[in-house]
Amino acid sequence: MTITSILGLLFVLITTGLLLGLTYFQRKSTPVFRDIPAYSRLKRAIGHSVEDGTRLHISLGRGGLQSPDGAPSLAGLAMLRQLAEQTSVGDKPPIVTSGAGDLAILSRDTLQAGYKAAGAEDIYNPATGRLTGLTPFSYVAGAITAMRDEDVSANFAIGHFGPEIALLTDAAERTNSLSIAATDDPAAQALLFTSVDDPIIGEELFAAGAYSNAGKAHLASLQAQDILRWAIILILLGGSALKITGFF
Amino acid sequence: MRVFAVAIAFSVGLLVLLGYFVPSETLLVDVRLVLVQWAVILAAVAVLVGVLNLLGVHWQKIQRRQKGGAYSILLIVSLFSAAVLGIFVGTDSPTLRFYLEAIIIPAEATLMALLAVTLVYASARLLRHRPDLMSFLFLGTAVITLFAAAPLPFGKVPPLNLLSDFLSPWLTQVFATAGSRGILIGIALGAITTGLRAMFGIDRQYGGN
Repeated sequence: MTITSILGLLFVLITTGLLLGLTYFQRKSTPVFRDIPAYSRLKRAIGHSVEDGTRLHISLGRGGLQSPDGAPSLAGLAMLRQLAEQTSVGDKPPIVTSGAGDLAILSRDTLQAGYKAAGAEDIYNPATGRLTGLTPFSYVAGAITAMRDEDVSANFAIGHFGPEIALLTDAAERTNSLSIAATDDPAAQALLFTSVDDPIIGEELFAAGAYSNAGKAHLASLQAQDILRWAIILILLGGSALKITGFF
Repeated sequence: MRVFAVAIAFSVGLLVLLGYFVPSETLLVDVRLVLVQWAVILAAVAVLVGVLNLLGVHWQKIQRRQKGGAYSILLIVSLFSAAVLGIFVGTDSPTLRFYLEAIIIPAEATLMALLAVTLVYASARLLRHRPDLMSFLFLGTAVITLFAAAPLPFGKVPPLNLLSDFLSPWLTQVFATAGSRGILIGIALGAITTGLRAMFGIDRQYGGN
């Protein structure tokens, strides 16, 4: 085994230990995280959509689970589970669009689980979880059509998107609906900065579950990320100091 | 059944994960490659299921005479004609290539061009939406980088050469790269914890739970 492999494995083991330790041995008090305006807006939008009898549109992106872009899709599915439970009892249930076959199947499964948890499984319609296209632009074109035709009041895009996400947010603005978006692609994040009011930047995407009461594992996950981030910052600073002083 | 699904997900996830860290000539790497190949086959089947779902959604739209039904008819006709041609004539047939070169590529290129216009418009609106320091910095950096990369009619004359020779490389290679790496580290940490949650069955995006 190379030194890189050993360090990689060690890192995964430490992360696993932190995640499981913080999940199962959590303090009684709930950890407090900083406010992310986009998630506060989303909470309000969910309430409005249920009250107004309008629909929530959730775009899960085009990151297939067998690709390296699958992690944001998993984060999106965890969020979808909460959103489905909260909005399924409204007059118009949420619609979910995705750009990868496996993601579309899982989105339907997750939606059904949300309906089941809300005690509304009998009104679940599989057509609300859709594959709208397999290329970046065909996916966005299909998602825009769904957004325009289905009386949508708020759009939440979470997953792997490229620059094409700007078309989605622009279409949302044209239909006077709220737009909240999160992606793992740095170029697309730069575009979101110009096109949405409260962009979700960087790792904030993976905080979605923790901010939507998805359970203590999500809170622990966020705490583990914070601990590891500080460790990485200290290692980087230490490395820089050693380099500057000529020790390394 | 749920326990069985979680056990399969956990053992497959663990084997694939460990396969990345052990030397390339070990059995675990071969196991990882086989499992990943199976995942690719399953993903291809999932695409077929997804296409059937797409077909179902548009068929419902036509049946219920919903808004945009004509586009749904067009989609179904295009889908079947492309599938029939691909299956019976072959994917290298000139007709199928015509579908690709005359319809799909121009349509995607059009959307790409539309994206460029959308971005210019969004940038112009940024200061109206959010007139803060970060917006000014964002737009200022974008303008400097654009000017530095653009071929100017009068060449690199002082002081404009400072933009392309000093300021733009400094902004893109120091600040932008550092920021981008910071974001990527954060995303990598998030991806690892999300993947581990799925592997341990804490988050189960399968089995309707």
